[in-house]
Amino acid sequence: METVPQLQRKLGILDDQFTQLQELQDENNPDFVVEVVTLFFQDTERLLNELARTLDQQTIDFNRLDAHVHQLKGSSSSVGAQRVQTVCVLFRNYSEERNIEECLKCLQQLKQEFYFVKNKLETLFKLEKQILEAGGTIPVQ
Amino acid sequence: MESCNCIEPQWPADELLMKYQYISDFFIALAYFSIPLELIYFVKKSAVFPYRWVLVQFGAFIVLCGATHLINLWTFSMHSRTVAIVMTTAKVFTAAVSCATALMLVHIIPDLLSVKTRELFLKNKAAELDREMGLIRTQEETGRHVRMLTHEIRSTLDRHTILKTTLVELGRTLALEECALWMPTQTGLELQLSYTLHQQNPVGYTVPIQLPVISQVFTSNHAVKISPNCPVARLRPLAGKYMPGEVVAVRVPLLHLLNFQINDWPELSTKRYALMVLMLPSDSARQWHVHELELVEVVADQVAVALSHAAILEESMRARDLLVVQNIALDRARREAETAICARNDFLSVMNHEMRTPMHAIIALSSLLQETELTPEQRLMVETILKSGNLLATLINDVLDLSRLEDGSLQLQLGTFNLHAVFKEVLNLIKPIASVKKLLVALNLAPDLPEYAVGDEKRFMQTLLNVVGNAVKFTKEGNILITAFVAKSESFLDSRTPEFFPVPSDNHFYLRVQVKDSGSGISPQDIPKLFTKFAQNQSIATRNSHGSGLGLAICKRFVNLMEGHIWIESEGLGKGCTAVFVVKLGIPESSNESKLSFMPKMSGPQTNFTGLRVLVLDDNGVSRSVTKGLLVHLGCDVMTVGSSEECLHVVSQEHKVVFMDVGIPGIDGYEVAVHIHQKFTRRHERPLIVALTGNTDKITKENCMSVGMDGVILKPVSLEKMRSVLLGLLEHRVLFEAI
Repeated sequence: METVPQLQRKLGILDDQFTQLQELQDENNPDFVVEVVTLFFQDTERLLNELARTLDQQTIDFNRLDAHVHQLKGSSSSVGAQRVQTVCVLFRNYSEERNIEECLKCLQQLKQEFYFVKNKLETLFKLEKQILEAGGTIPVQ
Repeated sequence: MESCNCIEPQWPADELLMKYQYISDFFIALAYFSIPLELIYFVKKSAVFPYRWVLVQFGAFIVLCGATHLINLWTFSMHSRTVAIVMTTAKVFTAAVSCATALMLVHIIPDLLSVKTRELFLKNKAAELDREMGLIRTQEETGRHVRMLTHEIRSTLDRHTILKTTLVELGRTLALEECALWMPTQTGLELQLSYTLHQQNPVGYTVPIQLPVISQVFTSNHAVKISPNCPVARLRPLAGKYMPGEVVAVRVPLLHLLNFQINDWPELSTKRYALMVLMLPSDSARQWHVHELELVEVVADQVAVALSHAAILEESMRARDLLVVQNIALDRARREAETAICARNDFLSVMNHEMRTPMHAIIALSSLLQETELTPEQRLMVETILKSGNLLATLINDVLDLSRLEDGSLQLQLGTFNLHAVFKEVLNLIKPIASVKKLLVALNLAPDLPEYAVGDEKRFMQTLLNVVGNAVKFTKEGNILITAFVAKSESFLDSRTPEFFPVPSDNHFYLRVQVKDSGSGISPQDIPKLFTKFAQNQSIATRNSHGSGLGLAICKRFVNLMEGHIWIESEGLGKGCTAVFVVKLGIPESSNESKLSFMPKMSGPQTNFTGLRVLVLDDNGVSRSVTKGLLVHLGCDVMTVGSSEECLHVVSQEHKVVFMDVGIPGIDGYEVAVHIHQKFTRRHERPLIVALTGNTDKITKENCMSVGMDGVILKPVSLEKMRSVLLGLLEHRVLFEAI
């Protein structure tokens, strides 16, 4: 299991923004990170569904597509999901070019990245919870 | 015999003699009676006769004499006694009156005589006055002629007109036959016939100046009579049968501007003269009168004055034309220089932008490239590209900086900075290179050196880096020692900087930095060249080094801008050298310390944001909660809204700041801002509006500014950034982050 710093440096999955989020967590706001990340997961799943649906249409509404991707980009950057964000940037470019094939590819990649980071983060949170329940403290990186 | 009272005459009466006596007496009586009549008649006729009573007396005397002679007529014959008595009384009276008259005449005759002499005297006087009047009249006429001539001559400033007019007027006034002017030639050895009265085209007839007659005329300032046969006077063939008229010559001084010095009057010795020759008509008995000669002399002088005026005017006109031409040339040169400077400035500003843009691209992209996965060869190539790019960027910056420095348009950007940190950073930058060369670098900061100072941090570091870099560059082995301390005024009493006397004051101190190296050193004659642009020390040891030679020149200018001094001391080749510079830095006031909260090392608890009510507008849930989390962490009271309608509904005076995301398609953050402005008209009631955006282009920033937003922040926002933004906002009520 990788630590957050490892997730950041080696794999480039998370960037500094995640560290910022961690800094915002304190005794007034103990579950801040978990809350935000959960919100992110929910939002992204919804958006991915929407994107799939939009791309399925006969005539693709690229403006709508762009709007969704923009949302996703915003969310992922707020959370610090770097790779997701990068794919969103690419997605937006292809969307502007009206390149459907590439857009579909991007969607696939997005799903991949998203599930990857979701997996990692969920594992991380589970472990943290276990530690806390066991009475320990999570070291601040 | 009868006794009769008759008187016998004494002599016997001769008949003839008596007759004659009788007639004579008669005529005498007649004459004697008529004389007074005549006298009376003529006296009555005349107006003046002062001696009337003398006339009476004289008349009486004459009448009585006549009477006597008349009565004498009766005494020639027998006459009675009455006649005798009458005769006697008449004679007695006559005697009396004649004696009286005789006595009277003694008085009167001298008087009468003196009247005569007086009359003579007066007549003489009158004649004399007449003569004098005649003289004065001629003089006045002369004067009038002269004035008229002068007027004619002086009414023009053209040389030729002056001279021609002179001759014409003189000819007219004096009724001359011929009038000529001889001017000296360029060489001064001859006189050339320049102007004549009657001959239309005087041929270039010259006469040597050394003729005795000419010298005679030149030495006297009077008009001189000369012979009509001398060369200057022989202008016409002798037309008349008799004598040619008298000729007079006079000199005309030609004054030149050069004759007049500022403090002196013109010297007579350097004068040149022209000769004016005047000829009376031949076959006339006219002679030159004195007043005519005087007229000529006066005219000659006037001509000289007029000519000198004309000459001076010509000179001044010429000088003025020259000045105009020079002015035009100067103006043109100035305009060209200005154009050149403008062109250069334009060029520089264009190059500034044009050169730096690709440079940034190169450097940024190559550094990005460096961080990706590369094969070792690729990595080497990328590193070389990066290094070269950096070098080029430095060079460009140096050149542009230098030209701005020379312009005088560079200004220091003062700010408070950590002095110790600057030294440490320079040390860190130089350590890798130094360790490669196996040089020991030591830093020695004096204990009384302030930690913070006010100055241009960037340029101070640039200077320090340059100096230390040079030390490292030119040292092959050994060590480099950097010392920094506060300079006291006593330490400046060395002869190397005699004109530099720093005086520390309450809010300034002088920092002295010495960088001593054990490198190749510099020979004393090269030291002055070190700070000149582009001059590089060409010794063999330094041939391998890089750099354009601008570094020290720029350092010197920076140091000068910081009101300091920089110099290099070296004992010679191979003996190392010491670079020293002194700069003036400000002492930060204690209240400035609070501004250092912008420094990243300032961490920890919230500042006074507790209770600050803010509103967050963002339709992206994740984004919204992150921003809320940030602000909550800083102690704010955060309300979140997901749409612009909700935002406008909820926003109130109690919200101090409104953060809105303007990158959202569909929700026009700008309109919300406009509405908020409309809702809160007074500035202190309105919440501050800050836009959060991921767009880095200028248009977004401009749009935000135009709708009246108070700030723009780039997403993603870190905790520190948010803290500083809030601080800045609350302090200045505006914050525009550089995009």
